[in-house]
Amino acid sequence: MKEQAPDTQAMNSPVASSEATSGGTRVYAQEVAPPVTLSVAGVSEEGRATGSPAEPPVFSVRNLSVYYGKNLALKDVNMDIRPRRITAIIGPSGCGKSTLIRCFNRMNELIPGARVEGEVLYHGENIYAPGVDPVVVRRHIGMVFQRPNPFPKSIYENVAFGARINGYKGDMDELVERSLRRAALWDEVKNQLKKSALDLSGGQQQRLCIARAIAVEPDVILMDEPASALDPIATTRIEDLMQELKQDYSIVIVTHNMQQAARVSDETAFLYTEVDEATSARWGILVEFGPTSRIFTKPLDKRTEDYVSGRFG
Amino acid sequence: MSSVSGEVAAGASAGTGRKWQRRGLSRRADPLFLLLAALSGVLILLVLAYMVISTTGTALPVFTKEGITFLTGKEWSPSAGKFGALPFIYGTVVTSVIALVIAVPLSLAVALFLTEYPVPRRLRGPITYAVDLLAAVPSVIYGLWGVFVLLPLFLQPAADFLNKYLGFIPIFAGPPSGLSYFGAGVILAIMVTPIISSMCREVFATVPDSDRQAAYALGATRWEMIREVVFSHSRSGIIGAVMLGLGRALGETIAVALLIGSRPVVDASVLRPGYSMAAVIANQFQEATGDHIRALVAIGVVLFAITIVINMAARAMVWRFSRL
Ligand SMILES: Nc1ncnc2c1ncn2[C@@H]1O[C@H](COP(=O)(O)OP(=O)(O)O)[C@@H](O)[C@H]1O
Ligand SMILES: [Mg+2]
Repeated sequence: MKEQAPDTQAMNSPVASSEATSGGTRVYAQEVAPPVTLSVAGVSEEGRATGSPAEPPVFSVRNLSVYYGKNLALKDVNMDIRPRRITAIIGPSGCGKSTLIRCFNRMNELIPGARVEGEVLYHGENIYAPGVDPVVVRRHIGMVFQRPNPFPKSIYENVAFGARINGYKGDMDELVERSLRRAALWDEVKNQLKKSALDLSGGQQQRLCIARAIAVEPDVILMDEPASALDPIATTRIEDLMQELKQDYSIVIVTHNMQQAARVSDETAFLYTEVDEATSARWGILVEFGPTSRIFTKPLDKRTEDYVSGRFG
Repeated sequence: MSSVSGEVAAGASAGTGRKWQRRGLSRRADPLFLLLAALSGVLILLVLAYMVISTTGTALPVFTKEGITFLTGKEWSPSAGKFGALPFIYGTVVTSVIALVIAVPLSLAVALFLTEYPVPRRLRGPITYAVDLLAAVPSVIYGLWGVFVLLPLFLQPAADFLNKYLGFIPIFAGPPSGLSYFGAGVILAIMVTPIISSMCREVFATVPDSDRQAAYALGATRWEMIREVVFSHSRSGIIGAVMLGLGRALGETIAVALLIGSRPVVDASVLRPGYSMAAVIANQFQEATGDHIRALVAIGVVLFAITIVINMAARAMVWRFSRL
């Protein structure tokens, strides 16, 4: 599980760093100040893009199990999420991909009866430790959902939403513009910021949701099948955008689309459903985790090989 | 389906025109229904128009005789032929305002509790059912319960309390009475809370869960999520619910008649007895004659007009908010 990444960059990086100017400053309260290097001129562009293997992980998942009521849904997951990389979670439907990604920002506890065991260390601190407020956790870790879900408000208010509730004191216009630019949406909407977000196309809505997440200035963005409700062109735009965003953010993406995982991600986690023959109970396990190129070309596990070669799933 | 009609076409080619027609009564059902619906619609409009015309006609002599003083006059003494309806208009407005001031926050709290908080399923059902049931209790029951239970147990002590500590404010001036604008307002609040809250609950249930998730994922607390997502999504629905409650409060007759104290004056203090439009009509109609009857009908016309204005205002507001 600790293979060194061969140059996974080579797979696809159409958009290098056309807009590396918007690292910005992180102005407001961050209780657990994440050690994020801001884009300062002089820092090796190469080193930032690939993320040096020596850098400590953003997330360390330790013996994580999730239950819905009495049912085990995810069993004993261990993995590290590296900074400024795209980590893909793949696997057949119902194997627990969404369950896993929701553990990273404690969204599971909004589901009545859901219970999490084990640890998720975020920059070394367990976000499931007693006394950790999930609200604060979610302010550091953004999330984009499967269906674009902008609020029925104006484009501007959608982006400003998170900053407003977090008590942002800076220049809101500037933040909105910066976030929309970062999400590659500014040019399309700059003259209609007052317009309802619901009037945008699906792809634009999803980029708005990304802008909305960015505006809270997180250092991780979680995406649960962000393109599965979009057409191919909109999907490509989201994928290109992800390549740009990984200069500043760590991205975790769930996808059931293997080509997408192969195209965009640096590392891939393959989850699979285990079935207990006696009780026919089913739960998800992490079968294999490693550099995307290796997972797709030289998988170590038979199940991974069968899945990525399309033999089932 | 297609094979069946194919057989029919092959077999009975004789009935060319009738093949495609329904037989018997079913052929006439649609036009018949349309006619019935149109007739009922027209009938409702006719009844409404007739009500307006006949009541206004009955009341017209009073309106012409009293003029604007019917609305602004404070003196109501049928024996002296003086008909100033301001005390009743004032009482209706004041009791309704008190009712809403109490009922709106309470209703929102109940509705939020039932939709937005993780209330155990075993508790949620019964509470929901009980709230809905309260909306169906006849108002005379509320009135009697108000007089025999709530008055000694809560209304009178509460009035005394308000007067004792806030008596320096004119609206809480003494001598305090449970039978007052305050008492009637409280009973109205209890009556309209189930109506407003069950409607709000239905409105809140239409808020998409994905919007809630989005707010939480941005670091919203439960209250921030409620304020920014649930409320902003439900504005027009909440206004509609409040207006529905207001309509009920304005027209409520018997419970108010039992608790308002029946004193035809305009009193600044809500802790003193007053009167309302619906209550005076119900109380005095039996023994009224001549101009007195016409004056009571005239009050009814004014009440009707007020409810229509409120209703139109509500519609306008809902329309405006639904376009935002
Ligand atoms: N809200 C929930 N309540 C109960 N069980 C759930 C819930 N969400 C998911 N599950 C169960 O957890 C398992 C994994 O689901 P999920 O994480 O959504 O899978 P995936 O995203 O890989 O399709 C499934 O068996 C599913 O039935
Ligand atoms: Mg899923």
